[in-house]
Amino acid sequence: MKLTGAQILMKVLKEEGVDTIFGYPGGAVIDLYDELVKTDIRHILVRHEQGAVHAADAYSRASGKVGTCLVTSGPGATNTVTGIASAYMDSIPIVVITGQVPSHLIGNDAFQEVDIVGITRPCTKHNYLVQSADELARVVREAFYIARSGRPGPVLVDIPKDVMNNLATYKVPKNIRLRSYNPTYNPNMKQLHKVIEMVKMARRPMIFAGGGVILSGAHRELTAFARKARIPVTTSLMGLGAFPASDPLWLGMIGMHGTYRSNMSTAACDLMIGIGVRFDDRVTGKTDTFAAQAKIIHIDIDPTSIRKNVPVSIPVVGDCKTTLTHLNELLADADLGNLDEKRSGWLHQIEGWKNKARLAYDQNGAIKPQFVLEKLYELTRGKAIITTEVGQNQMWTAQYYHIEEPGQFITSGGLGVMGFGLPAAIGAQVAKPDDLVVCVAGDGSIQMNIQEMATAMQYNLPVKIVILNNGYLGMVRQWQELFYEKRYACTQMDHAPDFVKLAEAFGARGFRATKPAEVAQVISEGLSAEGPVIMEFVVEKEECVYPMVPAGAPITEMLLV
Amino acid sequence: MTEEKHVLSILVENQPGVLSRISGLFSGRGFNIESLCVAATIDPNVSRLTIVTKANQPIVEQIKKQLNKLINVIKVHELTGSKYVHREMALIKVHAKKDNRAEILRIVDIFRCKVVDVGPEHYTVEVTGDEGKMEAILSLLKPLGIKEIAKTGTIALFREPK
Repeated sequence: MKLTGAQILMKVLKEEGVDTIFGYPGGAVIDLYDELVKTDIRHILVRHEQGAVHAADAYSRASGKVGTCLVTSGPGATNTVTGIASAYMDSIPIVVITGQVPSHLIGNDAFQEVDIVGITRPCTKHNYLVQSADELARVVREAFYIARSGRPGPVLVDIPKDVMNNLATYKVPKNIRLRSYNPTYNPNMKQLHKVIEMVKMARRPMIFAGGGVILSGAHRELTAFARKARIPVTTSLMGLGAFPASDPLWLGMIGMHGTYRSNMSTAACDLMIGIGVRFDDRVTGKTDTFAAQAKIIHIDIDPTSIRKNVPVSIPVVGDCKTTLTHLNELLADADLGNLDEKRSGWLHQIEGWKNKARLAYDQNGAIKPQFVLEKLYELTRGKAIITTEVGQNQMWTAQYYHIEEPGQFITSGGLGVMGFGLPAAIGAQVAKPDDLVVCVAGDGSIQMNIQEMATAMQYNLPVKIVILNNGYLGMVRQWQELFYEKRYACTQMDHAPDFVKLAEAFGARGFRATKPAEVAQVISEGLSAEGPVIMEFVVEKEECVYPMVPAGAPITEMLLV
Repeated sequence: MTEEKHVLSILVENQPGVLSRISGLFSGRGFNIESLCVAATIDPNVSRLTIVTKANQPIVEQIKKQLNKLINVIKVHELTGSKYVHREMALIKVHAKKDNRAEILRIVDIFRCKVVDVGPEHYTVEVTGDEGKMEAILSLLKPLGIKEIAKTGTIALFREPK
């Protein structure tokens, strides 16, 4: 039996387990939408295509499935680029389906034509321009396979309008095999024996875990490994949730806004085990001085990550979960001697750093943003899924909302996209309808995709938005204060909407706190109100995120409060 | 660390856009391409690219890893350091006036090249060989007056063990 391209696409999506698509219709994809509504796949109509990709990204992180979105050609497709680049930097598996003008018009500057495969080549894991209805099923299967396997990432499939209409026999390979693509899941066991030897020898080891641990579902294995080997753990921003923040071995986040004890540990450690991280410049600062006394072990599924930024003594190419499972087995058989005694000096030193410089702020006068986050943590009992925008709001959240579980903290880490938080909250809420989802935002970044409030209303997604309003693009202002002699060039946002009225204009509830005494009350009311809610906190205008390492400096040279 | 020349031989799937993925990877990551040759192999679904690049050791490692990461790349070999044959080809159009025609033909003969086009004012000479040979013949023909030149980059293959 022959099916149209559009019917074939829907069939493959169903087989791939897609139950939700975030998208926005347009001329080039009318035929796909016409078929889509005949299926039981849920479609979330966003208000901007960028929102669709961020939502699919967060949907993937909250559910562990591949996020999917569907947009039209030309402007629809170009509007997805920021979201795709963000998912690429954070290795999030999504499939983006774009409409394309009919094959015979491609290259003719047709209405709403753009070479989206060319545009997204550097920011997708892979992409396709489908040539005929015959290959559509195979291509879409490959797209999902590539997106979720190996180091995950976004894959784009561009489908010309005629391919959606043409008939083809539905035929799809059961197993996808690409001769040129074979990710290495199983680590080299010889290397792992060396790792165990080094763990036994080390006097001052630390683990530096990243988003890869969360992506491979290895947080239990990581926790078991760290506890058994008595090794303190730090994570990157993307790794928050890979290790429970309540564990005594938790060092806090590393890097530019990392904790004092975590950054100091990098300078003193004699062994660093990097797991599912890429040693980003926001983590390492000046690379020559990073973990200068340490041998570095690096475990990652992507060989390009290893030795890209820092020298590595033992490279281990493999899946984090598989590797940690093997390491735990080896550890169980190894004679570790009296580890508690061996590590006590090191752990004691770390405790000293902790007591010397804790995360701190002084709640005097206007509301301090950190105070809002502490109250939010308290009142949600640490149980919410948190999405963030990008900037000070993101860093304060990372510091003051302690994350226990993977998938609980959703942020645009690598690309740092302002406008990510609200659509991400929508995606996470769709994936986890029964969970409390909170978006932490600044007054600047929330305005970048505020239109998605309408999406939240349309589908009754009860996302709670916390706006820390300081009337500035706070993070840039902070840099200007510290490194540009307080010349606040164009970072003052003099005019913002009345966020309470704006919430009401969308049909949502709005609350505002202007004094510290009102904070807890507003959070309680906001969290218990039904449906989407905006909670605005008018905070101290010139509060800074501390500790801070100036860009390019050694990460031990921190500006403290 | 010193930059050295590296010859990479890359098998890729013969599909539209693959070359652009590879050249885009080089430009996007700030790697340098000295020369690039590409054509289908005996298997029409597979093409071979030969890329010559100048880079230090860590960078060339990164180039190879990044190339391997591309979905359409089947195999990456580095030929530098091992035994391999490599050739370039050039078409050189030389001014051929009465008094230097014999001189040109003598050079062509010595270098075992071929004259592939003749006119009242020019010879077009076909040269194949390694880089050294190219440089040598060019330096001899230059004083006689070169009108135009077209050159391929390097193509290369491993030598089979004898």
